[in-house]
Amino acid sequence: MTDKHDPNHDILLEMRDIRIDGFSDERWHPIIKGVDLTLRRGEIMGLIGESGAGKSTLGKAAMGYTQPGCKLTGGSIIFDGIDLAKAGDGEKRKLWGTRIAYVAQSAAASFNPAHRLIDQTVEAANRRGIRPDAESRADAVELFKALQLPNPETIGSRYPHQVSGGQLQRIMTAMAMSPRPDLIIFDEPTTALDVTTQVEVLAAMRNIVEEFNTAAIYITHDLAVVAQMADFIKVLRYGEEVEQAPTRQMLTKPEQPYTKSLWSVRALEKPEVKGEDIVLSIDHVDAAYGPIKVLHDVNISIPRGRTVAVVGESGSGKSTTARVITGLLPPISGSVSFNGEPLPAALKDRSKEQLQKIQMIYQMADTAMNPRQTVEEIIGRPLEFYLGLTGKAREARVIELLEMIELDDSFMDRLPSELSGGQKQRICIARALAANPEVIICDEVTSALDQIVQEGILKLLLRLQKQYNITYLFITHDIATVKAISDEIVVMFQGKVVEQGLKSEILSPPFPDYTKLLLSSVPEMDPDWLTNLLAARDS
Amino acid sequence: MNPVLSTILKRLGLGIATLFVVSAIIFSSISMLPGDFSEAVLGQAATKDTVAAFRKELGLDKPAPVRYFEWVGSVLQGDLGTSFSGRNASGQDRSRQVVDLVMPRLWNTLFLAGVTALIAVPLALFLGLTAALYRNTAYDRIVNAATLTTISTPEFFVAYILILFLASLWPVFPSLANIDASTALGERLYRVALPALTLTLVIVAHMMRMTRAAIINLLASPYIEMARLKGASQSEIILKHALPNAWAPIATVIAFNLAYLVVGVVVVEVVFVYPGIGQLMVDAVTSRDIPVVQACALIFAATYILLNLTADIIGIVTNPRLLHPR
Repeated sequence: MTDKHDPNHDILLEMRDIRIDGFSDERWHPIIKGVDLTLRRGEIMGLIGESGAGKSTLGKAAMGYTQPGCKLTGGSIIFDGIDLAKAGDGEKRKLWGTRIAYVAQSAAASFNPAHRLIDQTVEAANRRGIRPDAESRADAVELFKALQLPNPETIGSRYPHQVSGGQLQRIMTAMAMSPRPDLIIFDEPTTALDVTTQVEVLAAMRNIVEEFNTAAIYITHDLAVVAQMADFIKVLRYGEEVEQAPTRQMLTKPEQPYTKSLWSVRALEKPEVKGEDIVLSIDHVDAAYGPIKVLHDVNISIPRGRTVAVVGESGSGKSTTARVITGLLPPISGSVSFNGEPLPAALKDRSKEQLQKIQMIYQMADTAMNPRQTVEEIIGRPLEFYLGLTGKAREARVIELLEMIELDDSFMDRLPSELSGGQKQRICIARALAANPEVIICDEVTSALDQIVQEGILKLLLRLQKQYNITYLFITHDIATVKAISDEIVVMFQGKVVEQGLKSEILSPPFPDYTKLLLSSVPEMDPDWLTNLLAARDS
Repeated sequence: MNPVLSTILKRLGLGIATLFVVSAIIFSSISMLPGDFSEAVLGQAATKDTVAAFRKELGLDKPAPVRYFEWVGSVLQGDLGTSFSGRNASGQDRSRQVVDLVMPRLWNTLFLAGVTALIAVPLALFLGLTAALYRNTAYDRIVNAATLTTISTPEFFVAYILILFLASLWPVFPSLANIDASTALGERLYRVALPALTLTLVIVAHMMRMTRAAIINLLASPYIEMARLKGASQSEIILKHALPNAWAPIATVIAFNLAYLVVGVVVVEVVFVYPGIGQLMVDAVTSRDIPVVQACALIFAATYILLNLTADIIGIVTNPRLLHPR
């Protein structure tokens, strides 16, 4: 890795004083405020930052491309001697897809649903006549093999909707690699994947860029992921560079306070407390969507005033369990008991009091709030519905609730669109609290948030739990979050509970096979983690 | 069974069910029309007995449900009935089969609709695609404004303007489109030129704007950005990456406009004195010739159902998710 920093190693991409403006709220705002970037052949650069930091915009600018609604206002982008900032569309198109390739975040949305995968894989190479079509197709099959895709000979003849997300992401890497580009921009390529899938995709991508000595810019908000991929890391915030350093140095001794704060979020850890008083228990629950059975004999007991984290990859039945508890999906068999009393299976058969005691917070705070209601109406609604508060009493209680979530009464008249992501999730928490619940089900409530905002929300939830003795059922796929908030952990896989127990028990050996796979797949802030993991798995 | 085939059969079954519902609606709404054929024909001087005798001859004395089922029964056997007009109480019957009245008119209407569609659909697709390609340019604005103008102008007015310019001031085409069974194809095409042009101007805007909107809607998709970053040119993006995903909405709006060409062109027929089915139906309503009205209404309903079915099928076969399930 070190020889790549040899100054004689030739420079592939040199971006100087890049400035990009974006159009919103009727005017132009600066998004990138004078960033420099230098990349040599075969080097991999990690570009990290929170959402809105401008990392994706900068990554695309490295291709000389700005999204509709953005414009390059200054700077130069020299790619192998060509200034992309000044080049015409035709000139840039000759480079795109052949010498510079792009791998997008959501593979499912970035493949054209109307064309077969192989046709899309060879499209760019064929357009410029890099080699005959038949050779391109044969080469694509070789790439599919190298990326360890199942049935490499035939998978290309499928349509995008016929393969899984992890496979699509690998095919997209093959698509980028097909014309053997000098540079690939990876734009959050594993963010939408489960941890267990992410490991395979990361390993496949890393091997193939190493094999062809391709330079890459790897954009992500996940530090542990970038640590596995990059030779050096650049941290961006508010469109400016915070710092840049070789990966190992950046991980061990970050210099800037902002970088340190990014690193520290992962250190949050709550001491576990055992609970005996069971408030909610799920007994032998089977549930199905139509003919497809998704839960098999699920047993979970949740102690009062504690946090039980439910972990598992997508499709493991985590959210379905929440739907059964709330009554949205009546189970086929089995029961849910609250304070020892069995709850009616269906939502419509439950009393107002039963409804009041179990509340929910959702992953997408955006879509969980009526965009035409003010904060006061959103929080006031459960106060009126469950507690019969109106007028002044309601207003006073809304202000109290806003204080509990560390916001003030100036938020009363705001609409959801006037709030940040973290504030929206706080309002959803206040809405759940308004009903005076005993149990709150949190369905991936921090997944859509940046790390620093996540930390704030988690701390708030912990404080509220301490003050009001609230019980959380916390659904998540993120192990760092689990460490930060839970007392007990339930591991789910394919609709079954693999194990349940105290955090310390679950997170220490001996592990059942699936838990071991899940835990070992969570990237760690160690640049050698992926290498060691793959070596361990192979042996 | 092949999922596409089963979907098509399902839609076809639904279409037939719809046709039955529509037939009931047609029948009951015609029963509610004021006036009575026999009174209209025999005049106010007719005695009650003659009216009753005439009603009996036409079968109008039977209760409505019986008449309905008799009508549906004979339609199912391919018999649309006998026209009321031409009959007369004196005993000499010069009435004609509804089929003989309707079929030549229907062919004329389909001929005009076909000629118009051959001009209008490719034109609308071309204008829609190029407007999307050159979005927000002067070309786009001109195409949009022009088509909007033609759709906002009443069709009889468009027809008279065309007559004024293309038949009167510069006599290129005839202002009358009177054709009959003996007219040769070339002559027919020549005579329907102006009505076809009028209808083209009326329907192009809708189809063109929908094509443009469907394409532009897709241009914001991540896979379009991906195509651009793979080096595709703007025309490749539109034709190869956007259009294959836009067929369903485009086919729906084309079907809607083709149906209009069959069922909604009576004004244009009147202006150009074109012997189409619209005029036949209006005449039949005026004279309360119930079998003819019912036959026309049923044909119109079937046209809508068939064209929408075709649009649905196009929507299915152009969508790999439906054509190649997981």
